[in-house]
Amino acid sequence: MNVPEDLKYTKDHEWVRVEGNIGTVGLTEHAVGELGDVVYVDIPDATASLAQGDTFGTVEAVKTVADLYAPVGGTLTEVNPINGAPDIVNRDPYGDGWLVKIEMTDAGELDGLMSAAEYKAHTGQ
Amino acid sequence: MIHTIFHKHHTNAGAKMVQFAGFEMPIQYPTGILEEHRTVRNAVGVFDVSHMGEFEVTGTDALALIQHITLNDASKLVPGKAQYSAMCFDDGGIVDDLLVYMMSENNYMLVVNGANVTKDLAWVTKHAEMFPNVSVVDASNKVNLLAVQGPKSPDTLQPLTTTPLSEIPYYSFVETELAGIPMIVSRTGYTGEMGFELYFRGDEAVADAVIAALWKEGSAHGIAWIGLGARDTLRLEKGYCLYGNDIDATTNPIEAGLGWITKLAKGDFVASDVIAAVKGEGAKRKLVGFKMLTEKLIPRVGYQLQLDGKEIGKTTSGNISPGLNVGIGMAYVATEYATPGTLIDVFARNTTFPAEVVKMPFL
Repeated sequence: MNVPEDLKYTKDHEWVRVEGNIGTVGLTEHAVGELGDVVYVDIPDATASLAQGDTFGTVEAVKTVADLYAPVGGTLTEVNPINGAPDIVNRDPYGDGWLVKIEMTDAGELDGLMSAAEYKAHTGQ
Repeated sequence: MIHTIFHKHHTNAGAKMVQFAGFEMPIQYPTGILEEHRTVRNAVGVFDVSHMGEFEVTGTDALALIQHITLNDASKLVPGKAQYSAMCFDDGGIVDDLLVYMMSENNYMLVVNGANVTKDLAWVTKHAEMFPNVSVVDASNKVNLLAVQGPKSPDTLQPLTTTPLSEIPYYSFVETELAGIPMIVSRTGYTGEMGFELYFRGDEAVADAVIAALWKEGSAHGIAWIGLGARDTLRLEKGYCLYGNDIDATTNPIEAGLGWITKLAKGDFVASDVIAAVKGEGAKRKLVGFKMLTEKLIPRVGYQLQLDGKEIGKTTSGNISPGLNVGIGMAYVATEYATPGTLIDVFARNTTFPAEVVKMPFL
């Protein structure tokens, strides 16, 4: 299972890539493996202001549906327009299958997230 | 956890296994449910459905017993024909849906849902006591069952048997040899595609030989294993009921849309009076299909259907239709809301999503 070293992870199987005060958020390979084929990503408010842990959207997969949680607080600045070909989330979860970008309000919240090694342990790898 | 005789083939293929009907069964393989679905619609796929139950009903009272406990008219069967049917409890609730195969005079096979084998066997056996000359034997543990489904299934199977498969009509079967193994080759399935179901006995070596033969002939046609996940999307698109979801002990066959297999004219049978009464009054609710009018929501079991903010039913089956690329589902609604074209809402995530009652099959 691919768990890139340079990302931060949540217990809800999301990842964050930090560049300045922008956090790019996606689903881990473990998450998409459990979800199966993703068929729609619903993010109702593309400019939402979120506290850490807030629900900001839903992933519809063939087998099941899952909520998306803000791994850090902030404001959504960009939503990946993937709904024409949502399988990109399955094919490239850490790359072109990213979901949203968040302008973070408190980078200190990143300290509460998991490192790659901690996430591997969390998923029993 | 019980394994079917094909278990190692599933794990070798990388299947994700789940517990189902007491068996460890493949829900999907690494290519995913959507790709498996397309394989069956466009090429050929193989389902291990060995968890299904098979009862042998024999004796001079075999037909009388089957007529007594099933809805359809089994007297219309001739050797080599199969029939979709169902059994009801005394109150008209559904025990199970099933296939009735007429092997020969006084010799039938009932094929029931895997999750219902124990319950069904008890029900059939209890009623068999009223008939002096009938024997009911549960052969479920001895019979292996593969469904080979898709437009390329004849091309895959024909090289393996001398029986001309194109001459087997829908809901008919032959007892023949295929891949050198004696088996029942039945022109049936749960996908709505051209396809066959193969019933055969034997140990793991026999099962391995059949699999090897299928893949030898099927590789050129893109043959692949198909899991329970795609089995569900395939049957749902065709509007086929799933026992435990769309029909169960609390639903009667008329409201479930199974009036076409309910042959009241054949004479009295278990629950025929109750069913006749429902038919006479008209069902108060009906199992309908609905299609989402947005791609944002895939309906799931239990999601409420609403009209003007008022609950009118609950989703009994729901998924994406890979063929229509939109969510579809089934639900029981009051007859007044059952007309195709009725606009409804599906309630989920604390909000509503628009949908429309549509005729089944969905495609």
